Formats: sequence, structure tokens, C-alpha cells
Amino acid sequence: MTESIFLDNAATTRTDPEVLTAMEPYNQDKYGSPATLYALGSEAKQAIDGARQSLADLIGAEAKEIFFTSGGTESNNWAIKGVADALESRGRHIITNEAEHHSILMPCRYLEKKGWEVTYLPVDDDGLVDPEAVIKAIRDDTVLITMVHGNHEIGTIQPIAEIGAAARARKVLLHVNSAQSVGRMPVDVDELSCDLLTISGHKFHGPKGVGALYVRRGVRITPLLLGGGQERKRRAGTHNVPGIVGLGKAAELARGRLDKEPARLTELRDYIIDSIDNNMEDIRLNGHRNKRLPNNVNFSFDGIEGESIMLSLSYPTSKDKKPIYVSTGSACVSGTLEPSHILLALGVPVELAHGSVRVSLSRENTREDADSFLAALQEVVERLRSMSPVYKRGSKKCTSGSSSDGCDCEAAS
Amino acid sequence: MYTEKVMDHFQNPRNMGEVDEADGVGEVGNPQCGDVMRITIKVDDAERIEDVKFKTLGCGAAIATSSMVTEMAKGKTLEEAEEISKKSVADALGGLPPQKMHCSNLASDGLKKAIEDYRSKHDS
Repeated sequence: MTESIFLDNAATTRTDPEVLTAMEPYNQDKYGSPATLYALGSEAKQAIDGARQSLADLIGAEAKEIFFTSGGTESNNWAIKGVADALESRGRHIITNEAEHHSILMPCRYLEKKGWEVTYLPVDDDGLVDPEAVIKAIRDDTVLITMVHGNHEIGTIQPIAEIGAAARARKVLLHVNSAQSVGRMPVDVDELSCDLLTISGHKFHGPKGVGALYVRRGVRITPLLLGGGQERKRRAGTHNVPGIVGLGKAAELARGRLDKEPARLTELRDYIIDSIDNNMEDIRLNGHRNKRLPNNVNFSFDGIEGESIMLSLSYPTSKDKKPIYVSTGSACVSGTLEPSHILLALGVPVELAHGSVRVSLSRENTREDADSFLAALQEVVERLRSMSPVYKRGSKKCTSGSSSDGCDCEAAS
Repeated sequence: MYTEKVMDHFQNPRNMGEVDEADGVGEVGNPQCGDVMRITIKVDDAERIEDVKFKTLGCGAAIATSSMVTEMAKGKTLEEAEEISKKSVADALGGLPPQKMHCSNLASDGLKKAIEDYRSKHDS
């Protein structure tokens, strides 16, 4: 295996070896389904109950408020569609913000097609939602507010507790997508005053394909999947026992590290941000400087494009350098002609959105990794800028495929 | 995602820079689209491309196609160079991912524009 430096932990993380060890028996010797009554089944039942407790302990919930799912996307879809379906008779209005993950925006758009109204609140330059704006947006027919905790791309942490208190005062449910924050920093459902909360296992060294939705006791939600009576009739389908056991173990390990690891990550994050700030020019930090996930760094580099930065870092030109993996908000990786909707929502100019790089840390990353990255980044950015016909030239009008108001990117084809 | 040839041209671009006292300059694309290519050419008395260089803002494919176009155009007559198409550039690189065929494969347009620029200065 080639040694590499993995700085794309917002996408996914390496499964912890202790998690793998915990899962292993549930693939081979203890392969029973928890729904069955014989010994093999009750063994599995005990295992998932243990995992449920570990997860509940991590977020300050009760075990019976945890429902296992296939991951963050399912939990987000379920929270939105499930609450909408259960509370339709009370109203058909949802509040969210423009910079949400697609697994929030797409279910919202789906509901709009079904006649629901959705308010997409703007975010400021740093990606923050104004809690006052949330309060103003609440109407008599509002049934749900869905708000991300820590943004997956720019890392900005929303003022959830304030929004939660306002939602509660108006008897509106609050769903929080906490996929990026759970396991990386303290998350407590009572402190946040939320009613539903999304958890994704593989973001904190658990296995892929498993997550959970916290549903506060008494909250009405229609199941997304119908079938057997698993998860107290709220989520049908035979349990992914090895995955759930792994998720439970990851939760237990993360909880044990919460006293030191968030502070260590924050220090490493700030070291990277300050180093780029002090040593490089024509850059922009995306997201709030301090109100951000402990593991997130996101910068835009003027005059160059993100995919070429990402590729250059992952294929170093000399053999003694390790490949470094990061991600970008450039259109080149989104599969569309548009760069990241999140960066655009912050008001980042389109050309700078194309030149963005996200670094996301995990407990495996060290100061040495940060130094290797910073050195490689400096070299790559210099090299790509030396190739750029627009860097340091200022803005220039479209020269091909132009439409009256600027450039039509498709017309260039 | 990219062929070895694309990666080779991306990492070791040929003819990067600007020709001194260029006889023709062609620029295509827009920073807002994430792609800009600037091709400069030096043309000899027999209307052959004596030297050609590129500068490119863009993704891996944008840089690799620019590098490849300069390699293909060097030494060709203007008429021959005008025949270089998006497809022939992509083929020479062993293919491009479908979504990159259009948005990032503008280098041959840049070359044509540089030739046009040369002609507009010399035909009159």
C-alpha cells in the first residue's frame, strides 16, 4: 500500500481497527437476526441494544430515541419526509437554508413538488444563518426547521441552540443534520434543543452504510421504509448487525476521546489556517474563522482551479513525497458546470469558488501531515499560478461563447 | 479517471509559457467557467508554426489538452494546424472523460484563434 496523507475526512474516515474487531464476530459466529427468538438471535439483539446505548450516551439521548438507518442520507431524508407526512394536517411549510447538503435540499425540493412551501434562508459571508431570520420565517403552518450543525464543506457551525429555543417556543420541530459534528465535538440533543438529529457512522471511524436518526420521545414521524416491525416499527428491514455493532463501538471510542481530541484538532486546524494566511497571497478563507468544525479548513486560491490543485497534491511529481488527498468545490468534480452551491451562497465569486480546496482532518492526522501538506500546497499553487493566463491580470471579459451578460459556459462546447 | 497520457501532460506540460514577440495570440474561455486558455504562436516565412506555447487556467484535462495541442501544432503549416480538432486532441491523449470533452477541451479553439489573429495581421 502506498503511504499517503488523507485529508478528506469530511468525505469519509478510515474504520478504526477496534471497530473492525468488534464487528467481526457478527459476520461469522454470531450471524443471527435480532428479530428471532432463539439464542443466536438474542445474542444479536443484545449487541444492537448495546450499540444503541453507546450512541445515546454520545449525544445525551435515551436509547429508545435512537433508530438505526443506512447512514446520513437516509436519516436526513427520513427526518424531512417522515415529519412532513406525519404533520401534514398541521401545515405544509419547512424552513432550511441555502447552504445545506444535497441530502437536505433534495427532499425539500421533492416536497415542494408535492405542494409544500420551503423557505431557504440566506447565509452571511461566513456561512452563518441569523437566528432572528429563522424566528421571523416561522409561520402558523410551519411544521419543521431543518438546519445543519457543522457545514460539511466550509465547516461553519450554526447557532443551533438559539434556533432550537425559538423553535420550541413556537412548537415547531427542529431537525439537525449532525453528520459532520457527532463524534468530532461534543453534541448534546438537550443543549441543542433539537427533536431529530442525524448521525453518520463513517464520519467518525465507524463503518460505511450505517447511521442513525435520533427522534425525541413523543415526536411523530412516518416510516420511510415499510415492511417488518424492526426499530419499533419505524424502520423496516433486517438489521445491519455488524454495521450497527461497529457504529456503537465507534461511538464509545469517540466519547472516550471527547475531552482531548476536539482541542487537538482545533489547534491543528488553526495552525493550517494561520500558516496559509501568513505565507500565501491572493487567498480567501471560506467559512467562519472560529465558529467552525474542529477539523475543517477551506480556502480559495485566486487564478487557479481546484481540481488541478487536488490532482497535483494527489499525484506528487517526486517519489519521495506522499500523495495528499483533499477535495474541492470546483465545477470540475461536481459533474455540473456550476461550482459548489455552498460557496456561491456565501457570496464567493464564481471564479474563486472554482479555486477552492477543502482539508478535513481526523484523529489520525499529525502536525507532520500538516507541514507536508503546507509545503506541497505552496509548491502546487505557485506552479499552477505560473501556468495561469489570468493570475494577477485582473478580471477579463469572456472571449468565446459569450452571451450578452457575460459567459455562457455551455456555449463554449 | 484520467489516462496515463493525460496525467503525463498534466504533470509535465510541454511548451508552457508565452512565445516572445508572438505573431498570433488566441485566448478562449472565461474564469467564471473555470477554464481559460491562451495560445501564442511564432510563424515562419513558409507559414509554418515555428514555436507555440500555452498558458492555461483549468482542470487536469484543460492543462493536458493545452499541452497536447502545442505538441501537435509545432512544425505544422497553418493549414495543417487548423485541422487539429477537439476529437484529435482527445484521441492523442488516449481519451477524455465524457464530461470533460467540451468544457475543458478548448485548446484547439485557442490555436485556431491564434492562427486567425496571425492572418488578420498578415493578409491585409
